[in-house]
Amino acid sequence: MAEHTNGAGGEGNTGEAAHGAEAGEAAHHGPIDQFEIDRLIEMKIGGLDVSLTNSSVWMLIVIVAASVFMLVGMRHRALVPGRGQSMAEMAYELVANMVRDNVGSEGRRYFPFIFSLFMFILFANVLGLIPLSFTVTSHIIVTFALAGLIFVGVTVLGFVRHGIKFFTFFLPPGVPIFLAPLLVPIELISYFVRPVSLSVRLAANMFAGHTMLAVFGGFVIAMGVFGIAPLIFIVAIYGLEAIVAVLQAYVFAVLTCLYISDALHMHQH
Amino acid sequence: MEPEAAKLIGAGLATIGVAGAGVGIGTIFGAYVLGTFRNPSVAPQVFGNVLLGFALSEATAIFALVLAFLILFG
Repeated sequence: MAEHTNGAGGEGNTGEAAHGAEAGEAAHHGPIDQFEIDRLIEMKIGGLDVSLTNSSVWMLIVIVAASVFMLVGMRHRALVPGRGQSMAEMAYELVANMVRDNVGSEGRRYFPFIFSLFMFILFANVLGLIPLSFTVTSHIIVTFALAGLIFVGVTVLGFVRHGIKFFTFFLPPGVPIFLAPLLVPIELISYFVRPVSLSVRLAANMFAGHTMLAVFGGFVIAMGVFGIAPLIFIVAIYGLEAIVAVLQAYVFAVLTCLYISDALHMHQH
Repeated sequence: MEPEAAKLIGAGLATIGVAGAGVGIGTIFGAYVLGTFRNPSVAPQVFGNVLLGFALSEATAIFALVLAFLILFG
């Protein structure tokens, strides 16, 4: 893993020299350097820094890749699908079944959102597996933007659907009244922890996976001839990371469906 | 104590939290296998929940691992 060479630093040096705001520039190479944000094109709107960074470029690549995957896959619209169309249809079916099973029939209006969310996270995770690339979802700010948006949206949805009665969500039906002072704070806390856990789960999985690969990559070089052992381990971990990439996208989407379902039908399953 | 030594010790202690994932994942897949013994025909339907449970349990271990990395390299 060559993440901690100056591959990213070469492009970012002009930005860093000009701004010096990238004060977190590590004096020593380490496995964390692969997550550094480098400004590629400086841009400011008002006082807001909207520079094109390596993160933004990779987000654009993710969007283009996901769009090409779906558009080119469905180009022929054959009744008997070829390979590309099969893959696009399988992705659609997976998310459609997920939405129908977890939200119910009225979840159909949320399908485009869940599908976009799932494809973005899936392609972001998987494209991050390419060596020398940048994993967009490894930064907590990216995943928190997604999870925070979902949390706010689902809460608003709950209030729009149920009005003030949405607060009965925190006292499940059939609970003895003397347990309420204990149960309601617990329910409240676990409700507000949702965006935190949703975002940290994804970011931490991506961060830990890539950091582990970089750490073992360092071992390979340091152990010389015996570096074959960490190398085999890296191959195995890479397989695990591929599984985790797909799985975390799936889990993010399923949990979003469950949260929407909670807001639409509170506790009635 | 030097910061470097403290970092190494802290990272080692933080990794103890990963043990919870072993217990949790083992429980989930054990329950899945036992359920498959009793009712094999439902196994494919339940598998989605198994993956969800695995990911949620793994997340707790990942939180601990990330803290270990942050202590070690932050």
